[in-house]
Amino acid sequence: MTELLPRPLPNINEMNRDFWCGGADGRLHIHRCGACKRWHHPYVAACPACLSRDVKAEPVSGLGKVKAVTINHQPWFPAVPVPYAVILVELDEQEDIRLPANLVNAPVEAAQPGLKVKVCFQQYGDIFIPVFEPA
Amino acid sequence: MTRYFEKNVAVSGVGQSKLYRKPTVYPFDLCVDACMAAIEDAGLTPADIDGVACWPAAPPHVGHGTSSASTTDIKNSLGLKLNWYASGSGPAQYASIINAIGAIAAGYCDHVLCYRAEGERWVPTYGRAYVDGSMPTAEGFQQWTLPYWAPSAANWIGLHADCHMRKTGISREQMGMIPINQRRNAGLNEAAVYREPITLDDYMNARMVSSPFCLYDCDVPIDGSAAVVISRLDVARERTRKPIRFEAVGSALHDHESWFCRTDWPNMALNDAAKMMWSRTDLTAKDVSTAHLYDGFTWLTILWLEALGLTKPGETGGFLEGGQRIALEGELPLNTNGGQLSEGRLHAFSHLVEAVRQLRGEAGPRQVKKDVKVSVCGAGGGVFGSSLLLVND
Ligand SMILES: [Zn+2]
Repeated sequence: MTELLPRPLPNINEMNRDFWCGGADGRLHIHRCGACKRWHHPYVAACPACLSRDVKAEPVSGLGKVKAVTINHQPWFPAVPVPYAVILVELDEQEDIRLPANLVNAPVEAAQPGLKVKVCFQQYGDIFIPVFEPA
Repeated sequence: MTRYFEKNVAVSGVGQSKLYRKPTVYPFDLCVDACMAAIEDAGLTPADIDGVACWPAAPPHVGHGTSSASTTDIKNSLGLKLNWYASGSGPAQYASIINAIGAIAAGYCDHVLCYRAEGERWVPTYGRAYVDGSMPTAEGFQQWTLPYWAPSAANWIGLHADCHMRKTGISREQMGMIPINQRRNAGLNEAAVYREPITLDDYMNARMVSSPFCLYDCDVPIDGSAAVVISRLDVARERTRKPIRFEAVGSALHDHESWFCRTDWPNMALNDAAKMMWSRTDLTAKDVSTAHLYDGFTWLTILWLEALGLTKPGETGGFLEGGQRIALEGELPLNTNGGQLSEGRLHAFSHLVEAVRQLRGEAGPRQVKKDVKVSVCGAGGGVFGSSLLLVND
């Protein structure tokens, strides 16, 4: 396995643990309303659509499509070679659940809107950063 | 009595400090320069000022960084006797002004000093913050972007622009008319940090930062400050030199507060603010003489044009084509001072200062030749936006 590049890592708390640490089981976890079944990201303690308090993280398929792409050329982090693609992924479950991410296991040029992708994880200790590869 | 109380409030004074690309004068001192200039421009003295507000909140006794003058230090330096003061979060860079209008309308105070203080050159901020190899902790909303090496709004807004430009067909050549036009305007503005003209070739050959943005699409961080005095209209008409009235303000946030999860993405909070502003006036986009729209990145100016109804989505590219329509002589003079892209990043406060100067007929060599009756200002992008409609009456 290739060595991972360093990433700024989130501070884990009760509002983001499911998202950032949930990948330990190989699946992406997003909050969902048990009453109306809408997905919400990030954390909410009540469903803004129906006000149900029954909102908790559930695994999603991990499938989505690239909605937008920006190719970053600025060397913000000296350890990270440029250019690299920052993509915005729309999850298949619901179009307004959009996650910024990186495209992995593909060349920068492969990052194009419409590309179907699936989640995979890069592990940094207890944190599993969701990234996406071509589906 | 009108229901929309901003109509009873005016900008009575404007002021700006010198702007520096390299650390030269301590940023807090520049804010004091701007505040004193604004108070003097109004024809008032610090003894008249009974309110102060800034955005975002600044820590006391730190006079540099992204918000380099706390209300504490400004109050103490100017000896202000305050009936009301506020700083903190809110609808973008004009939050201080919109709060001040509310405070004046409620009768807490008559003359509020509002300012924006930039001290990002004094200390390295995100653009240069990690060159030593350090990795920051991803906190707050940045936890969704920093882990993906997307520390800059250039990355986040680049995603919005990518989607919008593909959908509406705006080309980079058309978007480039914004920085090219603004550099031309900055040539007529001695305060601007960049005044040499740029060509379309310069623009198309410039190094990319985060697509579709090249260097010229990104605003220019500076140390500097701009300030305005917001006054009760009747008092301002008696006591101040040349007040410019607020016709309407927009501060709405109706959709999800999120950079990426709005239902109408890639629209932004500014779309909600623009809609609210027009709901508070009988004037329409057709009445606008000059536009002063946030240009932290060129594409934000495009979204502001569309959100305000100054152009139609799908037609903005054609409107910008060639650059004549947005020039000083054009049908919609845009960012006549050079904006943040050429004058320097004063976070929409210099846009407001410039709008007031245009409405007063005091913009010097870059004064728009037609009669300037109505000017619109927009501040912010992403999760916050606010707009101001100003009239000369
Ligand atoms: Zn629900």
